[in-house]
Amino acid sequence: MTLASMTRKYEQRQAIPKEGRVATSAMIASLAAEGYDTVAAPFGHALVDLAKKDDRIVGMTADLGKYTDLHIFGNAMPDRYYQMGMAEQLLMSAAAGMAREGFIPFATTYAVFAARRAYDFIAMAIAEENLPVKIACALPGLTTGYGPSHQATEDLAIFRGLPNMTLIDPCDADDITGMVPQIAAHDGPVYTRLLRGKVPSVLTRHKPDYRFQLGRAQMIREGRDALVISTGFMTMRALDAAEKLAADNIDVAVLHCPTIKPLDMDTILTEAGRSGRLVVTAENHSRVGGLGEAVATALLSNGVTPTFRMIGLPDEFLEAGALPTLHDMYGLSVAKVAEQIKGWL
Amino acid sequence: MNSHSHPMPGANMSLELRAWNIRRKALLMGEVQGQGYIGQALGIADVLAASYFHALEYRPEDPEWEGRDRFLLSIGHYAIALYAVLMEAGILPEEELETYGMDDSRMPMSGMASYTPGMEITGGSLGHGLGIAVGMAMGLKRKGGGQFVYNLMSDGELGEGSTWEAAMSGAHHRLDNLICLVDFNDQQADGKSTETLCSEPLTQKWEAFGWHAQRVNGNDMQAVVAAFDTARESDHPGPRVIIFDTRMCKGVPFLENREITHFVRVDADEWGKALDVLEEGKPA
Repeated sequence: MTLASMTRKYEQRQAIPKEGRVATSAMIASLAAEGYDTVAAPFGHALVDLAKKDDRIVGMTADLGKYTDLHIFGNAMPDRYYQMGMAEQLLMSAAAGMAREGFIPFATTYAVFAARRAYDFIAMAIAEENLPVKIACALPGLTTGYGPSHQATEDLAIFRGLPNMTLIDPCDADDITGMVPQIAAHDGPVYTRLLRGKVPSVLTRHKPDYRFQLGRAQMIREGRDALVISTGFMTMRALDAAEKLAADNIDVAVLHCPTIKPLDMDTILTEAGRSGRLVVTAENHSRVGGLGEAVATALLSNGVTPTFRMIGLPDEFLEAGALPTLHDMYGLSVAKVAEQIKGWL
Repeated sequence: MNSHSHPMPGANMSLELRAWNIRRKALLMGEVQGQGYIGQALGIADVLAASYFHALEYRPEDPEWEGRDRFLLSIGHYAIALYAVLMEAGILPEEELETYGMDDSRMPMSGMASYTPGMEITGGSLGHGLGIAVGMAMGLKRKGGGQFVYNLMSDGELGEGSTWEAAMSGAHHRLDNLICLVDFNDQQADGKSTETLCSEPLTQKWEAFGWHAQRVNGNDMQAVVAAFDTARESDHPGPRVIIFDTRMCKGVPFLENREITHFVRVDADEWGKALDVLEEGKPA
C-alpha cells in the first residue's frame, strides 16, 4: 500500500458526514431489514430436511461449517458431514470424488475462495464431468466490510464462463429453502451464493404465493414506469426502493431473477419488451460479467432495445468499513437504488 | 494375492511379458501419431503391468463394475501408456490402437473420463488426481466397500500444493483404502524434477504426512510386485504410497541413452527401429 493510495482512501472517508459514520460490522453483517421477519440458518435446516429423505446427500466444508450454516447439518448428521480443513482445492476435488461414487455433495466455503482459489478444480474435476456437486458459498458480493479479501465481487463473472454450471443468487430465506431440494435434483454442478445466519424472508411478504423455481425469473411486483430485473438481495432493495418511489407516483415493476445461468430468456424478453418502460438491472456484483451484462446480451441479441441501465458494484477493489456505509457508497442501499432509478426516468 | 475376478485370456502370461506388450502397444500408437509421451509410457510399463495383472480387481467387460478397484490417471499425458494397458487387459479393443489421437477416436492424446472406458477421471490439469482419490476413498468407505483407490501421479505433481492438501487429508481421514503411486522419473517440463522444485527427501515427507511409504525401483518387476503386496496387506491405519524410481524410455536402449527430456523426440524412421529393438529384448 503506497502512501498516496492510503491518502486517497482516507480522503474518501472524510466525505462521510460524522453523524453517519458507523462502526465496522462483524465479518458477516446481517442483511435483516425493517419490515421483514428473519429465518435462522435456512440453508442448514433445508439441507437436513432433504438429507432425511435422500441418503446421497453429504455435507463438506473447508473450515467454514459455522459460517455457511452447514454446522446445522453437521450437528444433525455427523456421519455425513466431512470437515476437509482449510484446503479449498481439496474440498472441490474430494467433492468430485464423492460425486463419482454416487453421492450428492454440498460443498461450502466463502465465495472468494471457491471462485478465486479453487477455480481450476471446480472447472476440471467437477464441471467438465458434469458431476452433481452443489457449491454453496457465503459472503457473496458486498456482504462483509472486511475488504477485498472477503468480498466476492466477481464470482458470478468467473463462473458464468464455465460450461455446465448453473448459477444462483438467492434473495432471501424463501429462495434458499426452496432451492436446496431443486438444486440437489438438478443433474449437474451448481454454484449458489448463500446468505447465512438470520436471513430475512422477503419475497413471500410481497407475493404470498412465491416459490423458488430453478431457472425461472418471476414478477414480484408490477409497474408501468420502470422494470427492475434483479438478483440476490438486490431484489429486496429493489422492492423497498419501489415502495419508496411509489410515494412519488413512480411505478416500478420488479422481476426477480435468482437463476443467472441459464437465464430465463423468455420471461426477460417478454417483460423487457413491453414498451415504454426503463429497464434497470440490479445486482450485488461487479457491473462486469454479472446479471446486467447477461441481460444486456439477451436483449440486444434478440432485438429488444429499451432504455437500459445497470445498478451494480464498480470495477474496483472495494473499501473496508461498515456495510450500510458501503452499500450507500456503492449504490446498493434502498435510498441509492431509488435515487438512481428516479434520475434515469 | 489375487489378480482378477475371473480368468482372462493369457492368464498364465508373465508380468514381464505383459509389460513388454504394453511397451509394444505404446510404441505402435506413437508410430500412428508420430508423437506421444513415449518416454513416460516405456518407463511406467512395469508398474502398469503389475497394477492390472497383479494388484487390481476389475472386470474387463464391465469397466464400471461397482466392485472394481479404482485406478486414477492424474497425469493425463500418460494416456498413451494407460490405453496400452487397457487394451492388454481387454477393456479397450486392440483394433482401436490405430485410431490413437485421431478425430474419431476414443483415445485422445490426454486422458479424459468422458472419452474412454476404464479412464476413471479427466487428468491433465496436474495435481488433481490425489484429491479426487481422497473423495472416492471416502465415498467407498461410506458405502462399506473393500475396494482400493489407486492414484498414479508424477514427481512433477509433487510441486502442486493440492497434492499435499490431499496427502494430509488422506491420513486425517485414515483412508487405508487409498494407494498413491508416484512415478519418479526425475523429469518434468522444464528439466529434472529435483532441479526444478526438489521434493526430496520424499519418503520421509510422505511418512511425516502419516502415510505408509515405500520407495522401489519401478523397473524391477519383483520389487514392484512386492511393494504392491506390502501396500495392500499393511495394517497401517492410513493411506499408502509407493514411489517408483523409473527410467524414461526403458526397454529401448537407444532412446534410453538419448538426452532425456519431458517430451522425448522420436523421428519418423525411428519408431520402427524402436519396435525392432524392443523385439530383440522380448522376455521368454
